Amino acid sequence: MASKIKVKVKLKGDIAEVKSLMLHPMETGARKDPDTGSTIPMHHITQLTFANNGEPVMVINCSTAVSRDPYFSFSFNGAKPGDTLTVNWVDNKGDSDSTEVVLK
Amino acid sequence: MHPGRRLFIQGSLALAALAAIPRGLLAMAWPEKAFGSAVANDAMTELFGTSQTTPSDAITLGAPEIAENGAVVPISIETTLTGVQSVSVVVEKNPRPLAVSFEIPPGTQPDVACRIKMGKTSQVMAVVKTENGLFSAAKEVKVTIGGCGG
Repeated sequence: MASKIKVKVKLKGDIAEVKSLMLHPMETGARKDPDTGSTIPMHHITQLTFANNGEPVMVINCSTAVSRDPYFSFSFNGAKPGDTLTVNWVDNKGDSDSTEVVLK
Repeated sequence: MHPGRRLFIQGSLALAALAAIPRGLLAMAWPEKAFGSAVANDAMTELFGTSQTTPSDAITLGAPEIAENGAVVPISIETTLTGVQSVSVVVEKNPRPLAVSFEIPPGTQPDVACRIKMGKTSQVMAVVKTENGLFSAAKEVKVTIGGCGG
């Protein structure tokens, strides 16, 4: 199964601008299924980690208040073409997903 | 490709990706109590040890004045403060006010953007933790259709 994380990195000098979008329902646990009337259990990404060549450049701790299909952007220094950025998340059910992109 | 082999490679890649991340940050526990708090001050005390912050105009909080869709409210935070360690978003009137927290290692810019859910009109506060303490900037965001699904 392919990763459901999309990452775009733009290099401006040695600053990498990272934009990421990942598919995840981010259920709050407060929503009711319109067909059955039962409450849809909480299901959300808890921690998202970005590392460049193994060095962490961002860790994002999320609650259910992060919108469905989370989008995050940030920038970090010291990047260069050929670097490998890995992205990994875990959720409250113990599922996880990861992807990596080589900077150019 | 044999399905078993693909699964094995995916698994190894995921493990390798995890293993590549230094223990320190990986071992950082998800702040469950802070995220579970129903009161903004409690959530902040759980996360930072205090709920006292110094308002700072060195923090630029981007948030819409009116969020038409409470399920997707774009938020951006940047600051010229130095020695930033984390940037967090607290939505005062959400059922659980701490929405998200960015842990910022040295070398990463304190300039982040995300999308959050808001249940109703509320003050949104950006809390920036630096080596010199806690600073904040806040804005009221009006919500026409709540985003928590309740």
